[in-house]
Amino acid sequence: MSAVTKWFSRNLIRIYAALAFIYLFIPVAYTMAFSFNDAGKRNLIWVGFTLKNWANPCGAPEVCTALGNSLKIGAISTFVATVLGTMIAFALGRYKFAGRSGTNLLIFLPMATPEIVLGASLLAMFLNLGINPGFWPTVIAHIMFCISFVVVTVKARVASLDPKLEEAARDLYANEFETFRRVTFPLVLPGIAAAALLAFSLSFDDFIITNFNSGTVSTFPKFVWISSARGVPAQANVIGSAMFLIALAIVIAAQIVGRAKAKKSR
Amino acid sequence: MAIAHVSPSTTAHVKPERTGRKIPYLLLLPGLLWLMVFFILPLVNLAETSTKTRAASQETGEFVQTWRFANYIDAFIEYQPQFTRSFLYAFLATFLALAISYPLAYAIAFRAGKYKNILLVLVIAPFFTSFLLRTIAWKQILGAEGPVVYLLRTLHIIGPDTTITATSFAVVMGMTYNFLPFMTLPIYASLDRIDPRLMEASSDLYANGFTTFRKVTVPLSMPGVVAGTLLTFIPAAGDYVNAAILGNPTTKMIGNVIDSRFFRIVDYPTAAALSFTLMAVILILVTVYIRRSGTDELV
Repeated sequence: MSAVTKWFSRNLIRIYAALAFIYLFIPVAYTMAFSFNDAGKRNLIWVGFTLKNWANPCGAPEVCTALGNSLKIGAISTFVATVLGTMIAFALGRYKFAGRSGTNLLIFLPMATPEIVLGASLLAMFLNLGINPGFWPTVIAHIMFCISFVVVTVKARVASLDPKLEEAARDLYANEFETFRRVTFPLVLPGIAAAALLAFSLSFDDFIITNFNSGTVSTFPKFVWISSARGVPAQANVIGSAMFLIALAIVIAAQIVGRAKAKKSR
Repeated sequence: MAIAHVSPSTTAHVKPERTGRKIPYLLLLPGLLWLMVFFILPLVNLAETSTKTRAASQETGEFVQTWRFANYIDAFIEYQPQFTRSFLYAFLATFLALAISYPLAYAIAFRAGKYKNILLVLVIAPFFTSFLLRTIAWKQILGAEGPVVYLLRTLHIIGPDTTITATSFAVVMGMTYNFLPFMTLPIYASLDRIDPRLMEASSDLYANGFTTFRKVTVPLSMPGVVAGTLLTFIPAAGDYVNAAILGNPTTKMIGNVIDSRFFRIVDYPTAAALSFTLMAVILILVTVYIRRSGTDELV
């Protein structure tokens, strides 16, 4: 084998992974590039470089109202779903009780149900009850589909805890509440934070269920969907790119903090 | 990261001691109540809607309960092509996502060294840009005025009238793209948990690289593969966004039909019957799949 083919076959999987990453990032790069496009409303063809979309992200009509609604819905749904889901995760991870498999099934089913069925069934019930779709029905729907993901994420963290740590706390005369507050909860907290981040991104990015239950209330994905018929304004690209950069910064910061902590405790 | 934990093998350390017997139920109550009221009840209501027929008044949105189970047969016969297409596209997208994800997850787990965490973040990162924006970006990249078609036409690989968007290829490509991280993360989580000593043991016993991969790595990563294929297949089968943005009228999936039955035609019973059929088929496939793959506990 020549040196080239040797290098190639040894690094084949790395080349493959690099190609997969390129595939993953092409549309992200495109979205970012076109946030700098001086194209006005129909952001389809590259016209020229400008910073004015970034200087005025609310420049397109309605886009910031939609963004505001998405952030509000995301924040409320994330908070409620994280609290409810974490409670379930602790019950499943720490206690023995009758009805465990039924609970597991009830947690699994929403994840195995296509979004369109979740959205349509909830809207049909709201309409039957004479409740108009809107802001709160959307929040209710988002909490519903986020709970399962929170449970699964937090439960994995609870299950990976070393039970000896809690035993040690009790040996040192901590009562059950103190053990929970000072040992168990801090150890599970990274899992809860990850679950909350996941819930927020699911809620913020949800289109199908939201489209069914939000009525005339606009959200960011709905705004993109509606404007896509005529061409999405560059401001939507600005917001999409900004969300990407903010979320990436949060995740990287969390990684760095985590690594620093791990070093300290070593 | 979060979704990486969605793997069938997470069994809980059940600690039976603990004082109060009521505590687990108190912890479960609010969340499960929420799911009962806003997940189970709507499904029951949907089941009830699915056998209704149009009211005699012929007014839009007015239906009466007649227990007409033939609604299901009518709906299935009328939309059988869309059903077939949904499952075909979902199978193809799941297969492609697996083919792309497994080597990717393998590379991150075993070949990335100190860059492992960064690469893992990069797999999730595209999620942070709205998936609609990314799908629309694909539409423009692959569109008739986009760079790909221009290049292919200049090189005479495709004719002047051939397009990439508005084809079933574009729909499947978009679905593969959108659900790729759902496949990669669980597979990575499974691979990452494998004790490297098992692979060493395998090579000590004179297995070559490929045999070790086939007999040790692949079986141990199955929980991740099962979780990943489910997390890809289920949303893919019910998806209508990719078909709406990247497809044409002949690539409509069952999701597109349910959506238009609900909003444009206001035919709730048919939409309900279609939703239930979709859910039933998915649940049957999922159950058979989980049974055959031998992983019981999924949550």
